[in-house]
Order: sequence, then structure tokens, then C-alpha cells
Amino acid sequence: MDTSPSSPPTKKRKMATDTTAAEQEHQFPLPAILTHPSATPPILITQGAEGRLYKTTFFSPNIPCALKYRPPKPYRHPILDARLTKARLAFEAKVLERCRREGVPVPAVYAQNAAAGWIAVEWIEGAPVRVKINEWLGQRPKNEEEEKAADAKDQGPLVELMKRIGAAIAGLHRTGVVHGDLTTSNMMLRPPTRKTTRTTEQPNGVSEEEAKAKLLEGYVVIIDFGLANQSQSDEDRATDLYVLERAFASTHPRAENLFEHLLESYKQTFGKKGVSVLHKLEDVRMRGRKRSMIG
Amino acid sequence: MALETLQIEHVPSDHHVYAALFRDVQNVDFLQAQLIGKNPEFEYAFIDASVLISRTHLFAAIFRALNTLTEGTLQTPNVHSDIVIGLSPTNNISESYRRYGLTPFKTRDVLVIKVVYPKLSSENSTISSSEPPTPESTWQHLTTHIQGTPVPVTDEELAKSTDWAKVRKYYKLNGVPGVERIDTADEEGRRREMEGLVVSGIALRGL
Ligand SMILES: Nc1ncnc2c1ncn2[C@@H]1O[C@H](COP(=O)(O)OP(=O)(O)OP(=O)(O)O)[C@@H](O)[C@H]1O
Ligand SMILES: [Mg+2]
Repeated sequence: MDTSPSSPPTKKRKMATDTTAAEQEHQFPLPAILTHPSATPPILITQGAEGRLYKTTFFSPNIPCALKYRPPKPYRHPILDARLTKARLAFEAKVLERCRREGVPVPAVYAQNAAAGWIAVEWIEGAPVRVKINEWLGQRPKNEEEEKAADAKDQGPLVELMKRIGAAIAGLHRTGVVHGDLTTSNMMLRPPTRKTTRTTEQPNGVSEEEAKAKLLEGYVVIIDFGLANQSQSDEDRATDLYVLERAFASTHPRAENLFEHLLESYKQTFGKKGVSVLHKLEDVRMRGRKRSMIG
Repeated sequence: MALETLQIEHVPSDHHVYAALFRDVQNVDFLQAQLIGKNPEFEYAFIDASVLISRTHLFAAIFRALNTLTEGTLQTPNVHSDIVIGLSPTNNISESYRRYGLTPFKTRDVLVIKVVYPKLSSENSTISSSEPPTPESTWQHLTTHIQGTPVPVTDEELAKSTDWAKVRKYYKLNGVPGVERIDTADEEGRRREMEGLVVSGIALRGL
């Protein structure tokens, strides 16, 4: 978060009144906090069921941030709604801070006004893990036979990524937090900050092979703690893993067989506790299967 | 040297924030006396620069205070004192003044913030002149009354003042796994991590 002395006051800044382009694009009125000037207009990234996520800058023009806004729900009683939103966002902010102190990879909190329905957190560079895995799988042989043969050989980088994810989740669980909505969309893969010396050694750039190997490099950062809870129970932890397992299988069916590496690394990182969580996971799976048979 | 106008993202455009940094200030006791005496000519946030690690750290406290000002939920008599206590991750107001504000004969480097914004007429009752202060008049006033050497409010200059032992204590950064897991050789990595925790501490106070 480096900052340089900011420009003189005479510099023209984006004012609320000339963010109309952004606003039209958004189709939604901006939350009040984003109507004040910033060096670049906020960009709407996602519009979920619960809220909207904007990319903007915080404190200084060179600090990108993710601002999560939960607008009032017209169908809920206004006072109750405000209270629920505030409690939810406050909890999300506290969980992020706790994780950060404990060394679990999550975004830092920059600012919040939970009562007004927003929190601003560190922007994580890179892409959601979902996107990266699909990019990787997209480059794999389409033919099933060939793929099987190739699997054993060169799924190495993906296996390594699965292990990093497992370790990150173990770290999260160890702090007494369960995520509540683990998917490969709620994890970012932040590319490593490269040393410039490497590229100067290779004036011809990187080979296709190398570029491919680099695709899955990076640091796994867990995001979106909107449904997180405090829990130390095997059951809740196993449910967290089960939700991810199901989401993973439907998002990346071609890599489903690699999920075991994630679980193995979770267990390795978490030690004894990990063993009993994985044991519980079998019960949770069983119940899940029964439920889907009935339903 | 001149007063710097801070451009802080997402602050109302009619709110102006000025900053200056003075090194080796000789009359901290005089400045403190003006605050205690509620001298209306000294409506400033005076911060002991040894507790600041960077501009971002400073901006976090200012942002927080401006936000409470806009919401009408100031915790102290005015936005300037709210900036000082805004640095604190805890709710103990008098302790916050002691830690982040001036301490005669201890504070050496002083960071000054002046906020100018459209006040309600009732808020102006203590001020005789109706002319709002300008960067020039503010700079004039500060350099007349502060006996110290003005330096630019850059990360480099702020880093020279930082007392890390204090920062670590006030923001509870000692023995924190999130910091300790970073290689001690990676000083910049550690500094950034601590800055992140300091900013979060400021943002979360009161939740
Ligand atoms: N801190 C961040 N840095 C970079 N990108 C982010 C960050 N937070 C969110 N995103 C991007 O925005 C998308 C949606 O964010 P998020 O998952 O937090 O919102 P949501 O799913 O709408 O929230 P909720 O489930 O609480 O309603 C993410 O998948 C990611 O692409
Ligand atoms: Mg999400």
C-alpha cells in the first residue's frame, strides 16, 4: 500500500456528477459512499443476490479495493433489515481481521460502515481459482483416453494448487472459522510478484510450456465471508469441505478425481483434527446422498 | 515548503484536508496548552508522528473521522479530535489522546491536519471571523506558531519518525502469527502486513 504525495488540489477529479457513464452502466444508484469523488470511477464487478461488489480505490488512487454493498431489502422491515445487514457485515469484517492476524490468506479490511451497508477490503490481483482451473483444463486433451494418459504425467501444477487450497482451508478452520460458502469462485489465485531479473535473461520471452506451468502459480486467497460462522465442530468443518466438494465436482467435472489431493493436504496441515474432520466428511456425504435420493 | 492538500478517495468534494509535518518541535507544551484552552484559532489535529507508519495509516484515521462527521456521529467535540482518536484501535478516548496526541517534552515530530468543510451556522458560533481558512492562511498560522522544521508529508519522512516498539504495542502486533510467519529478512513484506493490520484495527474499532 505505497502512497505517493498526492497531486495538487487544482487537479480535476471525477465528481459524482460526471460518473453518469458509470452510473448508467450500473443501472443501480451507487451507494452514498461511492458518490463522492475518486480518481477513477467505481466499476460494478458482480451483482449477487445479497449485494453488489464494486472495484474502486481507497485512501489513495493507487490502492485498489473491493467494496461490498448490501442495499436495503424492500421486502423486509426497514429497521430489522438495517439491523441484520449491519450485524452481518460487522461479523464479516471481524472474521477477516481475525484471519489476517492468524496468517490465514484473506483480504485486509480498509474501512467499513456496516450501518450504511458497506465494507471496503483489499483488492486481490489475479483471478478466481475457478477461472484459472478452467483455463488450465481448457488446454488439456479433449479426448478422454488421451486425457487419462496425460493425467498421470502432467497434472502436477493442478495437484499442487489443490494442495495449496487444502492448506489454506485448514488454516481457516484452525482459527475457529467456517466459511459457509466455499467454492472455487470464492478463492482468488494471486500471481507471484515476479523478479525482473528473470525476464531479462530470456529476451525471447517464455515458451508455451513454461507459460502453461505458470498458469496455476500463485497464492490462494479466500474471499467472500458473507456466510461465515464461528465454529470448531467437526460437523461444521466437514460441511464446509462437502460444500466445496460438490461445487468443485459440478464446476470442474474433469478434475473431480483430483479433489482427494485437497483433502489429503487439509489433513496434513490440520493434523489430528483433520483426521476426525475427514472422518465426519464421510457421514456428511452419506447424508447428502440420502437426501438427494429422497428429494 | 507549503501545506499539502490531501486527496483522499471517497471524501465529499466540499471537505478539504490539509496536512503538514514538523520535525523537532520545541514548543509542544504551548501547542498542547492551546488545545486544552480550546483556543478557536487552534482547531487542528496534532498527532505525535512517532505512532504513524505511513500516509495510508494516516488516511485511514482521517477517513474514519470524516465518515463519522458526515454521519453526525462524532465521538469527541470536533472532527480534529476525532482524527486523533481515530488512530486508535480501542475505545478508550483519554488513552487515545495520550497515545496519539501531543505529550509535552516527549513528542518531537508533529503531524498536523486541518479539515475545512461547510459548517452549520450553529457550529460557527465560537469563531469570530467568518472567512474560512485557506491553505495559505493555515500555513502562515502554523509556521508562525510551531517551532519546528517543516518537511514534506511523504512515506519516507514519516518512516523516519516511526517508533515501531510503540506501534507494535498500541496495535497489538507482537507475536501475531500473520506477521511472524513472514521471513524476518523480508522487511517490506512485514511492514506491509503490519500496515494492513493497523488499518483494519482503525476500521473495525467499535464493531
Ligand atoms: N477482494 C477482492 N479482490 C478481488 N476480487 C474480488 C474481491 N472480492 C470479490 N471479488 C470478485 O467479485 C466476485 C464476487 O465477490 P463476493 O464473492 O465477495 O460477492 P458475492 O458472492 O456477491 O457475496 P455474497 O455471497 O456475500 O452475497 C468474486 O468472485 C471475485 O471475482
Ligand atoms: Mg461469492
